[in-house]
Order: sequence, then structure tokens, then C-alpha cells
Amino acid sequence: MNNIIKKFIPQILAILFVVLIFGFLTLNAQTNMDNRGIDFGFDFLSQESSFDVQFSLIEYSGSDSYARAFLVGLLNTLLVSFISIIICTILGVIIGVARLSSNYLIKNSAAWYVEFFRNIPLLLQIFFWYYAALRALPMPEKANAWFGVTYMTVKGYYIPAMVWQNLSVFLYCGLAAIISIIVLRNYANKLRDTQGKQIPVFLYSVALLIVLPLLSFLFGGVSLGFEIPELKKLSKISYIYEGGISLPPELIALVLALSLYTSTFVAECVRAGIEGVSKGQKEAAASVGLTPNQVLKLVIMPQALRIIIPPTTNQYLNLTKNSSLAAAIAYPDLVLVFAGTALMQTGKAIEIVSITMLTYLTISLTIAAIMNWYNKKIEIKEK
Amino acid sequence: MQTLNFLKPNRDNIKNYSIIGSFLVLVSLIDVISNAFLKVNLTSFLPGSLTSLFPLIIGLIGLNMMRIDYSGNKKLDLLNKNINTNNFNALLTLVILFSIIKALPQSLSWMIFDATISGDSKDACTGTGACWTYIKVWFRRFMYGMYPNEFHWRINTAFILVIALGFVGYFMKENLKKYLALYYVIIYPVIAYLVIYYLISGGSFGLQWVETGAWGGLSLTFIVSFFCLIFCFPLGMIFALGRRSNLPVIKYISICYIEFWRGVPLITVLFMSSVMFPMFLPEDFFMDKLVRVIIAITLFEAAYCAEVIRGGLQSLPRGQYDAAKSLGMGYWKMHIFVILPQALKLVIPGIANTFLALVKDTPLIFVVGLAELAGMLALAKTNPKWLGFAMEGYIFASIVFWIICYAMSKYSYNLEAKYKTER
Repeated sequence: MNNIIKKFIPQILAILFVVLIFGFLTLNAQTNMDNRGIDFGFDFLSQESSFDVQFSLIEYSGSDSYARAFLVGLLNTLLVSFISIIICTILGVIIGVARLSSNYLIKNSAAWYVEFFRNIPLLLQIFFWYYAALRALPMPEKANAWFGVTYMTVKGYYIPAMVWQNLSVFLYCGLAAIISIIVLRNYANKLRDTQGKQIPVFLYSVALLIVLPLLSFLFGGVSLGFEIPELKKLSKISYIYEGGISLPPELIALVLALSLYTSTFVAECVRAGIEGVSKGQKEAAASVGLTPNQVLKLVIMPQALRIIIPPTTNQYLNLTKNSSLAAAIAYPDLVLVFAGTALMQTGKAIEIVSITMLTYLTISLTIAAIMNWYNKKIEIKEK
Repeated sequence: MQTLNFLKPNRDNIKNYSIIGSFLVLVSLIDVISNAFLKVNLTSFLPGSLTSLFPLIIGLIGLNMMRIDYSGNKKLDLLNKNINTNNFNALLTLVILFSIIKALPQSLSWMIFDATISGDSKDACTGTGACWTYIKVWFRRFMYGMYPNEFHWRINTAFILVIALGFVGYFMKENLKKYLALYYVIIYPVIAYLVIYYLISGGSFGLQWVETGAWGGLSLTFIVSFFCLIFCFPLGMIFALGRRSNLPVIKYISICYIEFWRGVPLITVLFMSSVMFPMFLPEDFFMDKLVRVIIAITLFEAAYCAEVIRGGLQSLPRGQYDAAKSLGMGYWKMHIFVILPQALKLVIPGIANTFLALVKDTPLIFVVGLAELAGMLALAKTNPKWLGFAMEGYIFASIVFWIICYAMSKYSYNLEAKYKTER
């Protein structure tokens, strides 16, 4: 009896506490909204948004709905996160490996890189790139061509656009290549497990990835052209590039700051992972007669990746959440478009802030769930 | 066979090779240095791109000739071991050295030699270098925000008092030590709040009232991170214990709380505090913006704190719990006297890292209109009298934050090393 009371009373109290807090807050919100004549509801999502967005991946104009504006913001957030994740991974792996180098200069410059970029607040880095560094770039008419066809100007980075013909055929070929690689890998694993034979899967995969799309160019009627940006005079002093793709300076500043900042954390994860594999593993693998390449591929990397991947995914998640700092330099991401402009226009604070938070929450929880599943899968299975 | 050995030294000609090698490396270094510092191109007689590649090639050959295993010369061996183990390493070494040498004169002249610091208006800055006059003139604004100049001593005194009170724990008498936790968790925050409220806000004791809208600059960063730091720790502890609880309701409430705050970006939390929070408060109840922001950041960081503390709780061996239970201790007694003292010691480095992240996050309050350092910079940058000095401002702010954060991270490494040996 005593035990049951001990167990139930705290739980009932906790539930009461939570219910009371939520009830109190809801009641207040109700009265406040009644007083101000605001009604609660999500109907506004289908209304006409009547504001413009500087940069969007999909067709969007002021006559579209708020729901579409939300989508534009979400896509912009995902775009900047995606580019930054790729760059920060490449940089992070290089720096992480460099920190373990035997070369004194390389080791120390990598260490200083990490200490430098890690200890400056991300917001300041974004401001530095956007307001100080990128503002020092030349005007469009004075810009020099980089690699002959791209132009880095104060108004953004102009790159050639790709003009595809029969793009779908090319994509199908790419898909076919990926499927055949998966089949090949499974077959190779089976062969290794049953007969102990090794196939150079990596080489075959690269060959497949190159040859199949190439075939689509030769026989599938696929062709690729480039639309090169060209300087155009708007008025006496104002020039602009036309054609091609223009990446706005906000995007560049964000990508630079996010990837440099996060790459320091990725570098630390990579270093910890490689250091975490004990030397004995390497020696044991070498002594059973594996070649150095096989040691790296079959012994070191699987163990190091087990240590590296979970914290690195965490960093990717942090990067995605940090990309919301875009609002500070007016890059139209989810926070700026939806929690900024749309909120300003509709005044629906509760609905809009909750939608924004829930969106980020969904992204985080989905990735966390995938990570948990992955961790369970790669866990060392002790017998 | 002799010719094959052309670039490979052996026992007999070690000396020649090391001398020739170091001479070649020296030549390449001289070439780059003269190019960077004196703007003299020693190799202008070479065609085109070979001029810029010349020092690299010469240096590589030199390093290759110097690479002698067990030469007997200790300094040479040390050099070879550290920067010259193979051709690839030698190349990277040279590239790093050359880029440092090339970047040095430009940045040095911009930051120091051509820079201006005299004068007190924009006209003083006519040189090509940085304009530190800007920082000098705006320094008080960057530190104290729009706080009235004649009252800056109040902020300074308050900070000194709060820091001094923080050190009281070190000098406590032995018989008072058991109240240490009580002091830091309950008494200290209250005293600190009173000190900051009465000194910085004023309004009584003959001090003039200064509204929080005027607070700003680096001092605001300190105030916000200080309060969030002392409040988020106990809150985090509660949720960490809650998440480890056997009672399902408490456990799931804690999990929901932690996962919710960890899943959303701080900026949306700040938006929430500034636009959504007032809707949830009673009608005629006014809460200051700064207080709302501090509450929001505290709730946010408490979730991270809770996860760190949970890590410490999990790493304690089961035997500790069992031993405490077998002595007849209840839940609270067991946690207060056995589990938490050990667990908290383990998580000190993790907590320090969380606080570091917190300090780095505080500039974000700029987004809701509180002008701490980043906000003051944005303000100063758009001042019509001081246009065009964004670079100096951000470099200054970066240096300030870098020093604070670097010191904190080094301190957390120290703590980690200190507590590692004991287990």
C-alpha cells in the first residue's frame, strides 16, 4: 500500500502540474486573443501572401498562398544546409586527418584552424563574411572571370546554368548505375562470405557511374549545353549579369560561415574516431596478411566510422538548426520568410511560431530516429 | 649505379648533401621573403608561371636532398622527423610556410603599420590600413551599450561584486563546506540578482533608474550568460533525474521537455519569447523583454544541461546505487549524498562546454532587438558619421569573443585533465 502511494502520488502531482501550467497559458492566450480580436486558426495558410521573396528555388510570387511561402522558406533552409553539410564534411575530414599528421606544421596549423573558427560565435562569422568580406568584392562591370566563365561580384556569384535535353533519360541512367552498384556490392559480399574471393567493387562502381551516364549521351539523345552569364548595362552606372545562375551574397556568406564553423566540430569527430581505433587492430590485421589498403578498408574504417558517424550527424543537425541564423542577414530561409515576414503581415504569432518550431522539431526527430536505428544496427554484437 | 644515386645521399656524402640542400631551401625562402616584404622579384628572368613556382621547386629539391635517415646530426634529424618525412609532407610544409610569409606583410601593414588610432573622428582615418580610431571612439558603446556614460561605474562595481561573491566558496571554513551546494544553487543566484537589479537597474538608494533597453554591449552578453548559466544548471539537474526516473509519467514528461528544446533552433525560441510569450501571460502582467529572453534561453539550455548530467549519471556503476540502497537510503538521500556528488564531478567538462556554447549563442539576442556586442556593431556600422568600418568592428568583436571562448575551452580541458586522474 505504502509503495503504491509512493509511486502514484508524484506522478499524479506531475500530471497536475503540467496540466495546470498548460491550462493557465491557454486561458491567458484565450483572453488575450479575445481582447485583441484575433482568432485562432490555420485558415491563413491558403490566403494570398502578397509579399515577394528575393531568392527561391520554386516558382513563387506575391499572389501565391502563405503555404507556398512556407515551402519556399523550407526549401531555402534545406538548400543552404545541404551545400554547407557537403563542404563542411570535406573540410572536416581533411582537417581532422591533418591534425593527426606527423608533420609539425600541418598538425599545428590544423589545430589553430580548429581553435580559431570554433571559438568565434557563428553570428559574428556570418556578419563578418556578409558585411565585411563580401562587400569588398568588385562591382559587376569590374569583376574578373574565375575559371573563365564565373563571376564573383558584390551582387553575388554568377555561374553558368546547365541546359539539358532529355534530362530524364540521363537521370534514369544514373538510377540504373546506382541500382547495379548495389546489386554488385551484395554479390561481392556474398562471394566474400562464401568463397573468400575479393572483387574490386569500388573500381567497378566508379566505372559504372561514369560509363552508364556517358552511354546516355552517346545513344540516349541527351545533350548538355551551358548558358554563360553575360554583362548587361541597365543604366549609365548600373550593370548586371544575365543568364546563368546567380547565387546571392547572403547564400554565399551563410554557406561560408556555416561550413567553416561546423567543419571544426566535424574535424574533432574525425580525429576522435581515428584515434579511437587501437593500434593493436592495425597490427593484428597486418599480421594476418592483409594489404595496407585492405587494413584501411576492412579493419580501420569500419571501426572508426562507428565512432565518427553518430557525433557527426549531430553536428549536421546543429548546422541545420544554425542555418536559421540566416534571418540575421536577410537570406529568405524558413525563419525569415515565415516567422518574420508572414508573421508581421498576419499577426498570427502562436500559429506561425508553432509551425516553424514543429518543422525544425520534425527534421531533428526524424534524423535522430534514423540515427538511433543506425546505431542499433552497427552496435558491436557481443556473444 | 652511381648515377641512380644522384639525388640520394649515402654515408659518404651526407655533409655535402645537407649543405647543398639547406642552401637551396634558404634560396627559396629568400626568394619568397623578398617577394613578399620588399616587393622585389629576384627571379624575373624566368619565363611566366615558372617565376612563382621557382621557390617551390628549388625548396622541394633542397628538402629532398636534406632527407637523410640517421644522419647523426641531431638538429637535422629532428627537422626531418617533424616536417620532412616524405615528398608529400615536404610539399605541404613549403606551401604552408610560403603562404604564411606571403600573407604576413599584407595583414601586418593593414592591422598595425598603416593603421590609424589617433584622433576621434572619421577624418583621422585617411591611410590604407585599419581605422582603430573607430573602435577607440565606440569602445564604451561596445562595452556598455547605450547605458549613460556617467553610470558605467555601476556596471563595473556590480560585476566585481558578483565575481567576488562567486569566489566565496573557495574561502569557506571547513565546517561551512557542507552548505556549499546550497550557497551556489540558491543563495548566490538570489544575491547576484539583487546586486545586478539594484546596482545596474537602479531606482532606489539614490541611484537613477536605467531601463533595460539601454543595457547593451559586452556587459549585456555577460549578464545574459551569467543568469542563464546559474538558472539552467539546477533545472537541467531536475530533468536529468526525471529522465532516469522509474516513474513513467515523470520520465516521459522529462523526455518530451528535453527533446523538444533540443530539436528547435535558439532563434525560434527567441522569436517565441518576443512575440508569442506575451500572448500567454495574464492580461495586465508586464514582463521585461530582457527577462523574457533570459527565461527562454534558460529553458533552452537546461535541456542541453540535462543531457550532459544524464551522461554523468549513466556512467556511474550500478554498484553505487545498490550500495546506497542497501544502507537504507531513500531516493533523495541516495541522490544527494552518493550519486550526484560523483556524477557532477564527472560532468564538469561537459557542463563547461555547454556554458561555452551558451556564451557563443548570446549574440543571437540581437535578433529580438537587444543590442549586445553584435547589435552595437550593427548600430555603429549604420551611423552616418562612421560608414565603411564594418571590417574593423567585426574583427574587434571576433578577437574579444575569441579570447573569452578560448580561455573557457582551455579551462575546461584543464578541468577534464584534473578529474580524469582520480578515477
